[in-house]
Amino acid sequence: MAEWYQVLMAALVGAGVPEWIATAIALLVGVTAIGLVAPLIALILVWLLRKVISRIQDRIGPNRVGRFGLLQTIADIVKLLSKEGINPSRADFMAYNLAPILSVFGVLLLFAVVPVTRGLIGVDINVGVLYIVALGSIGIMAALMAGWGSNNKYALLSGFRVVAQLLSYEIPLVLSMLAVVLYAGTMRFGELAEQQGNFLGLGWYVFLMPGAALIFFVCALAESEQTPFDLLEAESELIAGFHIEYSGMRFAMFFLAQFLGGFVFAWVGAAMFLGGWQGPGVDLPGIGGFLAAGYMMLKTFAIYLLMIWVRGTFPRLRVDQMMSFCWKILVPLTVGLISWQMVVQVLDLPTPVIAVLVLVGNLLVMGIGLYAVGRAIRQEGFRTKRAFTPDSLIGTMQPVAE
Amino acid sequence: MLLKYAFIFILSGFALVLPLVSIVAGAILGPRKPDPVKNDIYESGLNTIGDTWIQFRAQFYLIGLVFLVFDLEVVFLYPIAMAYGRPEFGMAAVLVTLLFMALLIVGLVYDWRKGGLEWQ
Repeated sequence: MAEWYQVLMAALVGAGVPEWIATAIALLVGVTAIGLVAPLIALILVWLLRKVISRIQDRIGPNRVGRFGLLQTIADIVKLLSKEGINPSRADFMAYNLAPILSVFGVLLLFAVVPVTRGLIGVDINVGVLYIVALGSIGIMAALMAGWGSNNKYALLSGFRVVAQLLSYEIPLVLSMLAVVLYAGTMRFGELAEQQGNFLGLGWYVFLMPGAALIFFVCALAESEQTPFDLLEAESELIAGFHIEYSGMRFAMFFLAQFLGGFVFAWVGAAMFLGGWQGPGVDLPGIGGFLAAGYMMLKTFAIYLLMIWVRGTFPRLRVDQMMSFCWKILVPLTVGLISWQMVVQVLDLPTPVIAVLVLVGNLLVMGIGLYAVGRAIRQEGFRTKRAFTPDSLIGTMQPVAE
Repeated sequence: MLLKYAFIFILSGFALVLPLVSIVAGAILGPRKPDPVKNDIYESGLNTIGDTWIQFRAQFYLIGLVFLVFDLEVVFLYPIAMAYGRPEFGMAAVLVTLLFMALLIVGLVYDWRKGGLEWQ
């Protein structure tokens, strides 16, 4: 199957264009497509988030500008463009100004390797998964620079939490992706999708590795600063977190990066665990390609909607809960999962048996993880009960006299 | 192959230019009326007390170090995962890999027992 740039170049060369110009045109078309589509997706995501969160909270949400408020985000962008970009007099000039640029830079580059459909991947490099992992760190650097460079105590506290949260959750995230790479034996997103095409395009890795998929989802929530883990910009504690001193377009850049970051994680999750573009009927001639791209987008938006749902439903974790959840539950579980998978795959067994054993390991990991979380919640419940009588919690909020 | 990395190279240039252009556009289109109070640090309206860039807890260094160790090990694990299960990847290599994982687990247990994972 030829990739998109080969098709484009062949067409251009066939029309009599010299080869080097055809190459340049193909590259520029791809880059421009990513550069234009990514901000457009962000516009839709902002609208979607506001609308869904509103519905969860029994509100209507944006409904004035355009039909269903669809143009609200564009109006917001115009407003942000006309705002003054305040330069705090005491901020570190380099770190302060570089941070918003770097955060968009890191996220936009991720769009180069995520697949749309067979043959339509920005670039299907053979280190795709590692590329995602490596670029994930640039966003962390940007948040850290903003937190430190703003010379603001709230921003600095948020910078500390960047170190604590984003760094810690990167490890289980990377290890859960490693589980898929270990099983599939490839880091190429195109091949990963092809391998999940069994059983009428429903041989997805989420059925084989539900544990790794769940851990990936939780870590993606933490890495994209969604609500149960939104300690970085907890409004009620830190005002706005690391971007407190930013205004106008520089603030918009952080916003863009955050939305696109969450979306790319949803996309990567859909490509690795939900079968990418695979689904019933993708091999049909003609319509199959469009069907495949539709499946890909459908799965990505499904995961993103799940993220929004979590965001609208769960309360925020405390810092120590967040840290011990990562280091004492997620990291040991993922390390155990990888070790189990390594032992299983080296045994000389037929493929279905290996698949069943991997599934058993994943179910075990899910069971242990849910049990540990449940125990921690019960302990927290006891601690709370000692301080308050739950029945009289509404109204009085008085500590129990001992 | 080279073409693919050329694409990423051009895209990285584009990804730097896109935020730069929008920030510059915002600076041109927006008003510019600086005054000392506006440019001061925003901390809920209170006057700032003391320096922000202070020494901070050693725990953050500790987390950073543990992260560094784990991240390095993971970077080594990715190539191993690619080769794992191929015929050239013999029994000795498998044993070394499992030893590598065991070292990782021992390190985690050690850090846990020493209290490096407790957050106060």
